[in-house]
Amino acid sequence: MALTTFIPSEFRVVIDKDACLQCGRCVRQCGWNVYGWDEDERRPVPDHSKCSACHRCVTYCPGGAISIKKNELAFKQSDSMSPDLIKAIWKQAETGGVQLTGMGNDKPYLRIFDHLLLDACQVTNPSIDPLREPMEMRTFLGRKPDLVEVAADSEGGGLRLVTELDRQLQLETPIMFGGMSYGSVSLNVHRSIAMAAEELGTFMNTGEGGLHADLEPYQDHIIVQCASGRFGVDSSYLQAGAAVEIKIGQGAKPGIGGHLPGEKIDYEVSVTRMIPQGTDALSPAPHHDIYSIEDLRQLIYALKEATGYKPISVKIACVHNVAAIASGVVRAGADIIYLDGFRGGTGASPTIIRDHVGIPLEIAVATVDQRLRDEAIRNRASIVAAGGIRSSADVAKAIALGADACAIGTAALVALGCHVCQKCHTGSCSWGICTQRPELTRRLDPEWGASQVVNLVNAWTHELAEVLGALGVNAIESLRGSRERLRGLGLDKMTLDILGIKPAGL
Amino acid sequence: MRPRDSHDFRAGGLRSASPAAVPAPGRHFATRPGYREESEQRILGGCGLMGVCDQSGGRMSGELALRSMASMHDRGNGLGGGFAGYGIYPELPQLFCFHLLYNDDAAKEDTEFYLKKHFRVVMDEPIPTKPIRGIENEPILWRYFLDIAEDRLQETQLSAEDYVVHAVMDINTYVDGAFVASSGKNMGAFKGVGFPEEIGEFYRIDEYRGWTWTGHGRFPTNTPGWWGGAHPFTLLDYSIVHNGEISSYGINERYLEMFGYKCSLQTDTEVVTYLFDLMLRRHGLPVEIACKALASPFWKDIDLMPEEQRKLLTALRMIYGSALLNGPFAVVLGMSDGMVALNDRIKLRPLVAARDGNIVYVASEESAIREICPHPEESWMPPAGEPVVARVSEKGRQKAIRQAGQSAGQRRAARQAAASGVA
Repeated sequence: MALTTFIPSEFRVVIDKDACLQCGRCVRQCGWNVYGWDEDERRPVPDHSKCSACHRCVTYCPGGAISIKKNELAFKQSDSMSPDLIKAIWKQAETGGVQLTGMGNDKPYLRIFDHLLLDACQVTNPSIDPLREPMEMRTFLGRKPDLVEVAADSEGGGLRLVTELDRQLQLETPIMFGGMSYGSVSLNVHRSIAMAAEELGTFMNTGEGGLHADLEPYQDHIIVQCASGRFGVDSSYLQAGAAVEIKIGQGAKPGIGGHLPGEKIDYEVSVTRMIPQGTDALSPAPHHDIYSIEDLRQLIYALKEATGYKPISVKIACVHNVAAIASGVVRAGADIIYLDGFRGGTGASPTIIRDHVGIPLEIAVATVDQRLRDEAIRNRASIVAAGGIRSSADVAKAIALGADACAIGTAALVALGCHVCQKCHTGSCSWGICTQRPELTRRLDPEWGASQVVNLVNAWTHELAEVLGALGVNAIESLRGSRERLRGLGLDKMTLDILGIKPAGL
Repeated sequence: MRPRDSHDFRAGGLRSASPAAVPAPGRHFATRPGYREESEQRILGGCGLMGVCDQSGGRMSGELALRSMASMHDRGNGLGGGFAGYGIYPELPQLFCFHLLYNDDAAKEDTEFYLKKHFRVVMDEPIPTKPIRGIENEPILWRYFLDIAEDRLQETQLSAEDYVVHAVMDINTYVDGAFVASSGKNMGAFKGVGFPEEIGEFYRIDEYRGWTWTGHGRFPTNTPGWWGGAHPFTLLDYSIVHNGEISSYGINERYLEMFGYKCSLQTDTEVVTYLFDLMLRRHGLPVEIACKALASPFWKDIDLMPEEQRKLLTALRMIYGSALLNGPFAVVLGMSDGMVALNDRIKLRPLVAARDGNIVYVASEESAIREICPHPEESWMPPAGEPVVARVSEKGRQKAIRQAGQSAGQRRAARQAAASGVA
């Protein structure tokens, strides 16, 4: 750090000298090189400015000697020019660069999920006890026909199905995993989530970084992504997945591409992405073969042809005109439309895009679901809601607004130890999640990671069962799109109308 | 709720299904829907119900249904009762019969303007009633026997049934103070605010004979009482009496909207009627299959079924998941050719069935069956999600219509004479 910087450190590392065992573990655990070692006193010496508050040292300090405090420097009060903004200006004045960040939008926009309340049964209809009665979570993603046709069975007297169905993804819980590429996250993260997806009967998503050979055993539970950089895409990759996702946009950075710095492109990543080692992996902002909806249609059908008509998902960021875009995407042939809200996470994004572009997932799900219904094409594609799903309550509310399933990214990483320090773009993640440094990635044991993720999703699924039971229904399809079971609290009338829900009290 | 105004009226209804649809009448229609007089909220409650069907087409007096419902007096609270009878208009079996409830003369005038514009009104008359203590504030009750000119169907590119559905939606949605109680052929619904036995007497249903009857007594929990809100709910030949609450109403309603149904009566029973109409009439599914979608078996059971059956039921759940009726219910569906009784998938509401010879009985309580058939050959508790299906053969129905037709002239004269005293 240049001596001339104006920027004070964000945190202060406080070490209780009486509790410190002087073992040096904090020095070894920190991926950010916060700790120096005073050989004379045999004590750690923190450089506060490097601390990200990821708590790796706190968690592993055997003496419990470390705590991380906010560096509460008093600035002259100003509701306009906050300390964060002042610091950002200093940073840019010093560097002349675009500010980068990781994870999702952390600004205090209205959190609509927290203004939605679910219903429950009282007297006139009974609630159902999920511990005693079956609660069905099975969900199918893909194109459904308008109706079922049956015919008398030639052999028996029974009826048989005449309608031919498009291929579907069968989920045993309406929670899946969002795309996080190998390269941005470590291979052990991919291994953990792939194992968890298989055990849970749901799907992981490769993100745009290709599919590492180690994950082939789990390919029936993997959606492979085809993004603008086409990293790792060849015919065997496309055929390996249970479905293919065309990534048009990402909630954390709508309208821009990706940038994985060359430092993170080690041998394994380079082989998986099919690019030279050490080169930056730049995915363009648009797909250079998609400049219109007709082009998207061509790619959708090209991928269907290449995969024997597996379901094709199209991932778009939630932007102002999302309903019309989604309608076009569905009419272009997408079987699944994946909506990524403006709170969705990322490995790296310009801060200005992450924090100021897009619209909330809740609004997007509501308007897309309604638009597809107005056009009588809702059955032609399933809706996956992602980007800002923080809890099972968010899942329940997103499904009630109209989603078929939800996808989680950040929440799954938190289950693996992520402390949401928003420094993913630095590649120094002390938890071994968002890094390729071998001494860090080996910290994540995939078996343990899988069990963490499985536990999380099972816990949320149990909670969804509690919600269904309270609502007096025993199948997730009776919650899906059932906005009558939602009420808004403290939302303005226009927002309520857009969400298609009533205010509490009506 | 979407805003409704006169523009919506022109855009909706008979125009909504087809761009070449009927030009709607341009006068008199109110901007406020006339049927939503109880409450903006959904009406919750418990109920008692019954159904009886002679599968040979033998016609029974409505008195049977009335007596059966009277025995379940305590299942209602006097805020709604009703009956549906099939085979009751054998003189005019080919015409759509609309039973209308009107708040006032203006509603009647508006509706008749509409009906005359879109239909050939072959006959219209007051629905005969008699004064009963406890029945008050009754609306104007009128019935119309309607035919549709062939060129209207060609112009709208609609089937006769779809044409009628749109007309019913139009009147219920846009005519202030008018409500279509039933709209099928050779059938009718008789309903209102009161205990079912009072309503039955008021409508003189003992004077009608039908091969199927369903009855209902209502226990609403939050309503001042509104005649249109009583059961049965009907569309074309389908009628539904329903005990319970559809906890999945929210999505069922939105699913139906995709197919042009407007669920605006604020009662969940309405969706049951429309779902049956969609699946049986428009999608052509056998009633047993439709019931497997509306009260579907659990995945744990489907997964163990033989392959063909598993594929069929899996597809049903995948495609009709939004039609699944979840929550406690027992319903009796009346159709032109019979009756179906169905419980929810975990049987949260009572339903008993019995059979004696050709006659099938269903009711909320066995006592209501024994009241009108003391010693049935068999009686049983239908399992959750397993429909009880009674079918009246085409031959039996034709025979009944022929027999009834012989005395049709006298009967009509008698009814008109009686009605003139009420109107």
